[in-house]
Amino acid sequence: MLKKGARFVPFLLLFAGLILFITLLMQPLSVIKFRNEISVLFPKGIIALEERNLLLVIQAIMLLVILPVYVFTFIFSWKYSAQNPKSDAKYDPDLVDSYLAEFFWWGIPIALTIIVAVLTWIKTYELDPYKPIVSDKKTQTIQVVALQWKWLFIYPEENIATVNFVQFPEKVPIHFEITADAPMNSFWIPHLGGQIYAMPKMKTELHLIADEAGEFPGSSANMSGEGFSGMRFIAKASSEEEYHKWVETAKKSSNELNFKGYNELAKPSQNNPVEIYQLKDNDLFNQVLMKFMPKEKGK
Amino acid sequence: MFGKLTIDAFHHEASQNAAVCMMMLSGLGIIGLITYYKKWGYLWDEWFTSVDPKRIGLMYIITALLMFFKGFADALMMRLQQALSVGDAHGFISAGHFQEVFSAHGTTMIFFVGMGIIIGLMNLIIPLQIGARDVAYPFLNALGFWLFASAATLSLVSLAIGKFSATGWLAYPPLSGLEYNPGEGVDYWIWIVQIAGIGSTMSGINFLVTILKMRCPGMSFMKMPIFVWSSLCSMVLVIFAFPILTATLVLLTLDRYLGMHFFTAGYGGNPMMYVNLIWAWGHPEVYILILPAFGIFSEVVPTFSEKRLFGYVSMVWALVMITVLSFVVWLHHFFTMGASAGVNAFFGIMTMLIAIPTGVKIFNWLFTKYRGRVHFTSPMLWFFAFVLNFSIGGMTGILLSAPPVDYQAHNSLFLIAHFHGMVIGGLVFGFFSGFTYWFPKVTGFFLSERLNVYAFWCWFGGFLIAFMPLYMLGFMGATRRLDHYEESTGWHPLFVVVGIGALIILCGVMIQAYGLYKSIKDRKKNLDTTGDPWNARTLEWSIPSPPPIYNFAVIPTVDQLDPLWAIKRGLAPKPEVGYEDIHLPKNTPMALYLGLISLVFGFAMVWHIFWLALVSLIAAIVFLIIRLSGEDEHLLITAEEVKSMEEARIRGNTAL
Repeated sequence: MLKKGARFVPFLLLFAGLILFITLLMQPLSVIKFRNEISVLFPKGIIALEERNLLLVIQAIMLLVILPVYVFTFIFSWKYSAQNPKSDAKYDPDLVDSYLAEFFWWGIPIALTIIVAVLTWIKTYELDPYKPIVSDKKTQTIQVVALQWKWLFIYPEENIATVNFVQFPEKVPIHFEITADAPMNSFWIPHLGGQIYAMPKMKTELHLIADEAGEFPGSSANMSGEGFSGMRFIAKASSEEEYHKWVETAKKSSNELNFKGYNELAKPSQNNPVEIYQLKDNDLFNQVLMKFMPKEKGK
Repeated sequence: MFGKLTIDAFHHEASQNAAVCMMMLSGLGIIGLITYYKKWGYLWDEWFTSVDPKRIGLMYIITALLMFFKGFADALMMRLQQALSVGDAHGFISAGHFQEVFSAHGTTMIFFVGMGIIIGLMNLIIPLQIGARDVAYPFLNALGFWLFASAATLSLVSLAIGKFSATGWLAYPPLSGLEYNPGEGVDYWIWIVQIAGIGSTMSGINFLVTILKMRCPGMSFMKMPIFVWSSLCSMVLVIFAFPILTATLVLLTLDRYLGMHFFTAGYGGNPMMYVNLIWAWGHPEVYILILPAFGIFSEVVPTFSEKRLFGYVSMVWALVMITVLSFVVWLHHFFTMGASAGVNAFFGIMTMLIAIPTGVKIFNWLFTKYRGRVHFTSPMLWFFAFVLNFSIGGMTGILLSAPPVDYQAHNSLFLIAHFHGMVIGGLVFGFFSGFTYWFPKVTGFFLSERLNVYAFWCWFGGFLIAFMPLYMLGFMGATRRLDHYEESTGWHPLFVVVGIGALIILCGVMIQAYGLYKSIKDRKKNLDTTGDPWNARTLEWSIPSPPPIYNFAVIPTVDQLDPLWAIKRGLAPKPEVGYEDIHLPKNTPMALYLGLISLVFGFAMVWHIFWLALVSLIAAIVFLIIRLSGEDEHLLITAEEVKSMEEARIRGNTAL
């Protein structure tokens, strides 16, 4: 069954490799049109930028292995093809071992992995989401509650709260404290930095900063039930003056939020519009956390 | 009387009704055809009651391929929905149903397709490769298959009666807990996975012991073919990992049925513990699937390069290293759960270490071709597609294993592209390679090579178009499992491209189905009379195709790696012929009965019909006692019968 005449196959393989590269290249091309949407590669905050740079560095190191694999695949397919009559390649069926060769392909991946591992170790500590961002400006704290199926943002110091919209000043470190009164969600603003889970009873933390003003889409990255795809919000970074102006208007909002009103809000709803509240209970976040604590059992 | 089962369970959305009708029609069609050709007796005697691993292996693969059509239909529905549901348009299925579809897709593809094709191939090939006439525990093996089949049937039942789980293929609590999902969906998922998982554990025990104890004389560990080595590693993983799954599911069951609080959000429950436990099984699970694929390529590449495998010892140690490491990386599935930097970094680096043995394997395969004669048959084409895709998948895997990068890529379509690259580019391409390679051995005739090549190009091209853009979508912030998104995200064009890719894969699947039909129809013209059509190296090619019921008339004795290759090159003596009495296990319908009983048990538990559950549980115990107290379990084939069968075969061959 080893038929002759399939001499074109190596060409087809080469062709397939080209398709593959074109598909990969097509992606940078789509960059021209969708630069603003490609949030992970064109970030707007130092955290996301660092994460992107790490991605590119590791990718470059990995290409040192991938490219030889591709090159050898095509060279060997061509040179040692049984269907290539012109080939004067040697045939040596007993060549099954070579210490030198094996030394190289155990050695090279080990060396590269050590480099990547050291880099990862350093960067994981540096970019720990719990680590405060060093800045001469005072850190702004925003508390986040994932509800069914919307995001509640609480500003405990400013005494305001918002739904599916969050605004903060640019170039100021933001400290998000995150929990959920819903199944597990994941809080993600890709322009500014990586995500972290929002879980009931647990408080997770995330430090982000926006280096320029803009409106950045955010979403829940973990499926949490029927209305999950509507859990999108806008994170708006603005100048400090504009931010303070916005806070003042928000404080005059006719909507008020206390724990009772919160329980009403926490009922499941989908594709919630943006809402802005005056916060009447600035311990609300802790009360949401305590909802799931065992001592509630007696009630 | 009927527990929670009411008439409402039969009401569905239009798209689902259509699927149910299709399923019922094709089911009735198959039953009608079997009745028309009066094949029930034959199927019962030769297949359903069989304990022959060759038969069981084929039934595994047939079941897995049927389930593949269901899982693939789910995938097409998702891609169609995502291409349509943008901005004001909301596609053709509701959010709730979409979530059922992707949960069913993942569950089907991993538990029924992935596990089915690897355990199927092991049944077919391992006894042949180690020179054995049977497996260690033939009844346990048959029981494993029938539990697998009954779980698959239960998942089809869930399509027609009630709802399937809408919580993803791993059903994270608290979403899968009573509070947020009181319906029958999660219960279906629990019992489907529980029954299939217990079946897999049984297969794992059977094949581990088979490989350890039933190798032919002279085949020491370092003389085993790599496919056997990879299966050994995979089965070790099964035995360590699947009990974790079983226990985790029991805890979730207790939460849901008895109101306990292992994984609930309140009352001291800990959902994060579930996430840890399920991935302590889930990560080894992906290696359970991929290691046998590595083994397949280690058989295919040397055969079609007319050489022996380069660096055998390295290959073995690489497999063992992957096996060990796969148990210390599970946390990389949830770097974003808030563990400290030290913990994340540790698990990230452990994950990277896996790249070392994997890279070694790829280089060894490539250098197997060095100074060989490479034939571009379809099994080899699948190997090329594998190398090209797996390298990219490996690279993105390393990216994901660095926690800071993972924060930005986790749960996004980047992740989806990565693991589909590994599962399709690794496992599925590996299976197709092995399937075309061993098909003549198992059935005695060839698949149409031309159609195989067409199907290959559709799959390969379609795969690139369907999955490469997902990397970019991930960078654009597209998360997985979305049934709807806004136009302003800029994702729509790429989702359309991805949908087209899925349709190209569909063409490949259809060509394969047609090719299989055509090959079976024209089988008389494509017989493999030699038993060794590819000029291969291992023992399974030293016997006729298809193998006789006893596999080896004479148990071979082996004194080196690649025994057949050695004989052909005159480096080892030809085996002497001397027939002996052969004992084989008798067919038994007990495994099938136990499978049916567990199907009834699963269904009863899902719908809280507890009297029926109790009855079926007692029935299962009674049947087991009957089976285990049986004495006459052996079928004797005398030396004369073996001799006459072997001679008839040789005469038959010369006549052709």
